[in-house]
Amino acid sequence: MTADGLNSFRSGPDEQGRFGIFGGRFVSETLMPLILDLEAEYTKAKDDPSFWAEMDDLWANYVGRPSPLYFAPRLTEELGGAKVYFKRDELNHTGAHKINNVLGQILLARRMGKTRIIAETGAGQHGVATATVCAKFGLQCVVFMGATDVERQKPNVFRMRLLGAQVVPVTSGRGTLKDAMNEALRDWVTNVSDTFYCIGTVAGPHPYPAMVRDFQSIIGKETRAQMLDAEGRLPDVLVACIGGGSNAMGLFHPFLDDPEVRIVGVEAGGHGVDERMEHAASLTGGRPGVLHGNRTYLLQDEDGQILEGHSISAGLDYPGIGPEHSWLHDMGRVEYVSVTDQEALDAFQLSCRTEGIIPALEPAHALAHVTKLAPTLPSDTLLVMNMCGRGDKDIFTVAEALGTSI
Amino acid sequence: MTRIDRRFAKLKAEGRPAFVSYVMAGDPDLETSLEIVKGLAGAGVDVIELGLPFTDPMADGPTIQLAGQRALEAGMTLRKTLDVVRALRESDDDTPVVLMGYYNPIYSMGVETFLAEAQSAGVDGLIVVDLPPEEDEELCLPAQAAGLNFIRLATPTTDARRLPKVLSNTSGFVYYVSITGITGAAEAAASAVGPEVARIKASTPLPVCVGFGIKTPARAAEIGQVADGVVVGSAIVERIAAGDAPAQVLAFVKSLADAAHAARG
Repeated sequence: MTADGLNSFRSGPDEQGRFGIFGGRFVSETLMPLILDLEAEYTKAKDDPSFWAEMDDLWANYVGRPSPLYFAPRLTEELGGAKVYFKRDELNHTGAHKINNVLGQILLARRMGKTRIIAETGAGQHGVATATVCAKFGLQCVVFMGATDVERQKPNVFRMRLLGAQVVPVTSGRGTLKDAMNEALRDWVTNVSDTFYCIGTVAGPHPYPAMVRDFQSIIGKETRAQMLDAEGRLPDVLVACIGGGSNAMGLFHPFLDDPEVRIVGVEAGGHGVDERMEHAASLTGGRPGVLHGNRTYLLQDEDGQILEGHSISAGLDYPGIGPEHSWLHDMGRVEYVSVTDQEALDAFQLSCRTEGIIPALEPAHALAHVTKLAPTLPSDTLLVMNMCGRGDKDIFTVAEALGTSI
Repeated sequence: MTRIDRRFAKLKAEGRPAFVSYVMAGDPDLETSLEIVKGLAGAGVDVIELGLPFTDPMADGPTIQLAGQRALEAGMTLRKTLDVVRALRESDDDTPVVLMGYYNPIYSMGVETFLAEAQSAGVDGLIVVDLPPEEDEELCLPAQAAGLNFIRLATPTTDARRLPKVLSNTSGFVYYVSITGITGAAEAAASAVGPEVARIKASTPLPVCVGFGIKTPARAAEIGQVADGVVVGSAIVERIAAGDAPAQVLAFVKSLADAAHAARG
């Protein structure tokens, strides 16, 4: 299995920022020069040992990396199949994988002399991570968040404000993540000279999908080394949840050229992937289109109008997906599946009960698939699931879903 | 030669700037929208820009965003937008029509199908905001091969290094976005716009029209003195949003067109 006659699944994107037909630079002319500048700066930084030395120092001393690779014994026993490991990215500073990428982008922004950072956020995890790093470096931070999400995610809104960020509720459209991204792009078009747009996932115009992937790949690189250490060989199966897909791409990318490693991405199936379109499973329930600077699988109607999508997890509630995932889907290198809100809720409670880990609702989706997959696999199978965020932010949503008030 | 080329040649001979109006197709509904579109030429409009509604208009301010939402809620689609052009062509075969919007609805229909339909409906040109020169193979080159103009936006961030690339596959006219920002934003000073228009004209024989942030007849007149055309969108759409009847909207359009045309009087 190789990609387009190349010998690697890891060589994308091409010079046009494409992964096969996906990706690209579908932005207005005003933004084009900014994106080209960013690409040039990132290309320089990528080959600059001092850039990575600074990243390594911050990862170790500010974020708390490497995150552990933890064998989950009681969960493994309960599922009765593959040995289940969690990559513990929920133990990072700010409680999720998001900060891996934010640090990289903020260091780039500093190299470029940008003084004002903007970001979009859905559940608020990327917004909190961005506000955190901006506070650390004394940068102005403006976070765009759908008005609906501002209401749903009050604790994170307060966190961002404590950290000195300005949170702008976005009322255009339906007031969710995609509208927040639209509004961030509108801000960027308006404030071209001093502003850096810190995108939270492996989507957007080139070079964002590749750049965010590179920053998040620390997850997979660590997993590789840790598993070799623990078991003397590579894992057999990787599982991660996917909204835009940054935690998944971070785990998957270092393993794409190891054909013996089975890789599974789990999308949010909401109320079920069917014609009601009450889900956020772009790959299993969408088709290719162009939005937010890239071509990728999108939830859309017959006329090419973008649909809202639904998930119990505000972090997965996005009608698109990173373009590299679209390509890996079409190439067949990664399997993409979906689980429903209810399955994620069940898995959420299972993790609490068996491992004493309250997961975010996002990785609870990955875990829900693990509960289906692990029992079908032999007991010497090594399975790694990315526990990409902790669930403190979700306890209100979960309580409501369980019919409890807190 | 498209209707756009013929229209600008005529205006040049007459020594007048073009007045270009933008309205969203299907705003507030198909019938009202068609009545307005049919009246634009009579109000002095030289080039009609017809907005394609899209759920996620990333380069537009609240006025155009809401216009798109109204149109979509009233059931507007890309096919029905082409029907509006067809209906206009029954009574007006001269006034150029440019469709302006975002790529996804076109991509969703299929580029080949769209170009054939647009051509037969009587569309003359396209402005697709999220297709920069880097993506020319998507639609720009096929559109020009099909005989449609592909009108590119040049912006204050389009520097001397980048300008040739922006102009290379542009046809019909160049649309100079006078501010860094979204549609309906603050006005750019005419004193700043003049040199920019001159800078672009030094590199292309194409007419240069100026838009974004032009809201009043007075400003239309000022821009008309320094550019080959004046584009007004949000200010007209605001009248439609306020519930003005088509006759009132067209009277406002006429006041803008008259001011722009009188600019070099």
